Amino acid sequence: MTIRYAHLIVELVKRDLKLKYRRSFLGYFWSLLNPLMMMSVMMVVFSYMFRFNIENYPLYLICGQTIFTFFNESTNRAMYSILENSPLLKKVYVPKCVFPLARVLSCFTTTALSLVAVLIVMIFTRVQFHFSMLLFFVPLIFLLFFASGMGMILSGLAVKFQDVTHLYSVFTMVLMYATPIFYPIEAVPENVARIIRLNPLYTIIYLFRQLMLYGQIPGAGSWFYAAGMSLAMFALGALMFDHMRKSFIFYI
Amino acid sequence: MQFIMEQERTNTLKEYLVKLVRRNLRFSSFTALDSVSFSVNRGESVALIGKNGSGKSTMLKIIAGVMDATAGTVRVGGSIAPLIELGAGFDPDLTGRENVFLNGALLGHRHAYMQQNYDSIVEYAELEQFIDVPVRSYSSGMIARLGFSIATHVQADILVVDEVLAVGDYNFQQKCYGTMERLLAQGKTLLFVSHDTEMVKKLCQRAIWLNHGHVMADGPATQVCDAYLDWMKGNEK
Repeated sequence: MTIRYAHLIVELVKRDLKLKYRRSFLGYFWSLLNPLMMMSVMMVVFSYMFRFNIENYPLYLICGQTIFTFFNESTNRAMYSILENSPLLKKVYVPKCVFPLARVLSCFTTTALSLVAVLIVMIFTRVQFHFSMLLFFVPLIFLLFFASGMGMILSGLAVKFQDVTHLYSVFTMVLMYATPIFYPIEAVPENVARIIRLNPLYTIIYLFRQLMLYGQIPGAGSWFYAAGMSLAMFALGALMFDHMRKSFIFYI
Repeated sequence: MQFIMEQERTNTLKEYLVKLVRRNLRFSSFTALDSVSFSVNRGESVALIGKNGSGKSTMLKIIAGVMDATAGTVRVGGSIAPLIELGAGFDPDLTGRENVFLNGALLGHRHAYMQQNYDSIVEYAELEQFIDVPVRSYSSGMIARLGFSIATHVQADILVVDEVLAVGDYNFQQKCYGTMERLLAQGKTLLFVSHDTEMVKKLCQRAIWLNHGHVMADGPATQVCDAYLDWMKGNEK
């Protein structure tokens, strides 16, 4: 892919961002407000109804939720990217992978805005500053690669099999419960926890939380696992997409 | 170029699997273009003519890279400005202004380059008044004008034009032909699909007549057009 299509991705991301908040009164402010409101709801539910013994629960929640929301939203939007851009694909030649990638990147931009919400919670809960916290972007980069790979696979599959779109919403629900977002991993039996630890999304959330909550740099194992899985997912996505793209024109 | 025609559309995974198991996944194929071979030199203007379904548009799409030929190769020595369907890349919710930049990027141009040409694009399309209105509310003529204006302002060596000017009014059509003639004079190459044989004769030196995916004739535009018209009239009876 040549550099000229990098500009195309930039323009597509701009379009996405413009359309997302067009005609809304608060505009970009929603990217900040939304996570805070979601966190408040979950906090009320899980502090009064189901109690977990977690230190600084608001921050624990918002860290997991920011990452999971990004994954959920970006892969879902990427899934429809080829289908929704079909009029274009029939008329102009462009590398087809720009569409899922642009969608993931535009979600990533709004997620970057949501980080301000995380910062606000950190200030309110008086988390002590550690220099290690500045590594926060590394798990997010892993996440970006992981979601891009997944997005490419989904966008390609959805062209041929519409079922994927229905199936995926169930899948993300299972994933949400299988990822410790509002509960601590200690709350599940050890044999289940062992499976959950294999979930790359959890590893990424774990890295992010250790940094933001405690300013601790987790062990090398988690870093390698998250990096490896993210790159593997990206490579798999690129390969599968490249294989599928040639037949798009027959289905769109 | 072969198209897969699915007997029944298998749009769902279940159907696909069931059919796969039953070995029922039959496809019939339709050959849109068969052993069509030609070369076009730099600066030449070539028309593709033929009745509906003869493979003209498929040919253009393969040349533009939108489709991959199932057999054979296409070699293109230059950049292409596809005018296959004007305004195909427009997002209805964005304004005309935003769409100029998006469309430019789709054709491979930087924001800065489009900025330089922005004024002349809008002026050519005669849309100064409406440029900040969402494209959703444009008329089909306005969309065609903006699309044509963008496509001819980008620097491309080859113009691929597919029956796109039918929506514009007489004045705009004349303006478009004027522009195409000017671009041809600059040494650009033109591939033109039209049912308007008069226009073909005026604009193109050479014409290729396709019928059911085969080349019927390839030669000077006037001769080929006349032969085609005679044949069409003969078929009517």
